[in-house]
Amino acid sequence: MKVLKLMFKNALRHKLRTSLTILGIAIAVVAFGFLRTVVTAWYAGVEASAANRLITRNSVSFIFPLPYAYRDRIARIPGVETVSFANWFGGVYIDKTQFFARMAVDAGTILDVYPEFRVPPEQYHAFMQERNACIVGADLARQYGFKLGDVIPMEGDIYPGKWEFVVRAIYEPRDEKVDGTQFFFHWEYLDERMKAETPARAGQVGWYIIKIADPANAAAISEQIDAEFRNSRAETKTETEAAFQQGFIQGTSLVIDLLNFISFVIIGIIMLVLGNTMIMSARERTKEYAVLKTLGFSAKHLVTLIAGESLVISFLAGGLGLLLTYPIVGMFSLFVPKTWFPIFYVEPSTVALAALSALGVGIAASFFPIQRALRTSIVNGLRFVG
Amino acid sequence: MASIIDIQGVSKSYWRDSFEIPVLNNISLSIPEGEFIALMGPSGSGKTTLLNLIAGIDKPNSGSVVIAGTDIARLTESELAKWRATHVGFIFQFYNLIPVLTASENVELPLLLTHLSKAERKKHVELALSVVGLADRMDHYPKQLSGGQEQRVAIARAIATDPTLLVADEPTGDLDKNSAEEILLLLERLNREFKKTIVMVTHDPRAAERAHTIRHLDKGELQ
Ligand SMILES: Nc1ncnc2c1ncn2[C@@H]1O[C@H](COP(=O)(O)OP(=O)(O)O)[C@@H](O)[C@H]1O
Ligand SMILES: [Mg+2]
Repeated sequence: MKVLKLMFKNALRHKLRTSLTILGIAIAVVAFGFLRTVVTAWYAGVEASAANRLITRNSVSFIFPLPYAYRDRIARIPGVETVSFANWFGGVYIDKTQFFARMAVDAGTILDVYPEFRVPPEQYHAFMQERNACIVGADLARQYGFKLGDVIPMEGDIYPGKWEFVVRAIYEPRDEKVDGTQFFFHWEYLDERMKAETPARAGQVGWYIIKIADPANAAAISEQIDAEFRNSRAETKTETEAAFQQGFIQGTSLVIDLLNFISFVIIGIIMLVLGNTMIMSARERTKEYAVLKTLGFSAKHLVTLIAGESLVISFLAGGLGLLLTYPIVGMFSLFVPKTWFPIFYVEPSTVALAALSALGVGIAASFFPIQRALRTSIVNGLRFVG
Repeated sequence: MASIIDIQGVSKSYWRDSFEIPVLNNISLSIPEGEFIALMGPSGSGKTTLLNLIAGIDKPNSGSVVIAGTDIARLTESELAKWRATHVGFIFQFYNLIPVLTASENVELPLLLTHLSKAERKKHVELALSVVGLADRMDHYPKQLSGGQEQRVAIARAIATDPTLLVADEPTGDLDKNSAEEILLLLERLNREFKKTIVMVTHDPRAAERAHTIRHLDKGELQ
């Protein structure tokens, strides 16, 4: 027998109390894991940003376009590897509630700048052959049942009129951090219609996506690009993709900050639940601790005994909570359309954070019981009637 | 014979809020090795307090407590803890076994602080439990035992490390007549056969009769 055995036996002494504590903490851990997952889903765009991608947009606002002619001038700047571009198409598919990102892109370069979208070569080939072909994400295809060859009709809003796209390629996201719900089609298809219908809107690009050779030069290159177009009709604002994504979610980040905050409040609640259980247990065992001290057990032993018990409970509960988090997050993504939260999975960092919190909470919750056990003299401990 | 316990001019008082409660007043007591002494006295007379001083779980306000040549009032808390682990076996009125541990695990507790191997510890445990006649109850939990049996397990725990001194605070105070008798016979035997020095606090005259010497404590003074 070891002191550790006594620790485990102590942890399981009050089966109902321990079970309820573990269950309570596990539920809180699920809530924590779930909230963290929502928060990470929100920041997924920022997280998934590549360090070697810059975004150049109109300096006035994202909604104003840039001339197509900028393309070659950007390409000439040293350190720029590939220049691609895209337009936000918008549009209505079925009805307005069916939202997913639809973009007109530079077909020839888009997969060079976004290698995380994986398209089989023969599909890419087919996509390149046809003016109104499109590439859809695998998650989007799954959600709407799109197959290769399907025709997707859309009602234009930003670009009015009836549009039809043929699915010629389906991309697989490289990993779970990559959005699998996007929809790309040929920018040239869009531009041709503009030339024919509203010539004033032809030759316009929503934003440029620039792949650079060395992320370390991002700031310098951004500065150079913007300098190139200073005092021109459409001045630019260039920043890293991460900064661009960050700017996008800024407006809504208050809610997310709140969720973030609540997720840490939950850890505080966990600490109180466990702390309460530990204080009760340690109080009941006042006399036993005094007996152990009488027998010659040291402060170190008591600390091991009490902190260990607290850690046993917090890790059992944390483990159970995390185990439950996966199916619950999984269920959530079943019922909620993928396009709402394109990236929704339990991040390793969430698991690490939960494990770290379990450790911290386990130690913190044993603080007062340990202090009490060490401070109570043997004589008073033996006289204690709980 | 040399005295194993030598107490000189010991006084002890407790503080409750701002009141000083004098408990022991200038006590001197010498106990030779191998003695079986009973400390008697009315409730509240300071018997437990004196026993705690002898056992090194409390310290006097003044005076010296020398046990087996060590002035325990001078030891630090952790030195005292080590000293207790090797020199003293404790027997309490309410047994004070750890309820989640079996009889053998309870007896093994003080042995965890020694350098004995697992096999050696097992041997000590078996020996101690057989001395108290409970070799067949090794795997029983305290609540599966009678009061008398629990006290015998507690005695086994007290003798497991083979200390020279046993202190017992009202060891029969919570037991029926027959169980009390068993415990007293056991203590006599430990004194006679195993040469343990025993200091027993009791207010039961029949228990005290079993000791070689009886000392009375009244209002903090030794008679
Ligand atoms: N730890 C303590 N704190 C305060 N008062 C105590 C403490 N221990 C004992 N006393 C007081 O000291 C007196 C003697 O107690 P004790 O030695 O337990 O007597 P006995 O064992 O003879 O009944 C009692 O009045 C008791 O209330
Ligand atoms: Mg007493």
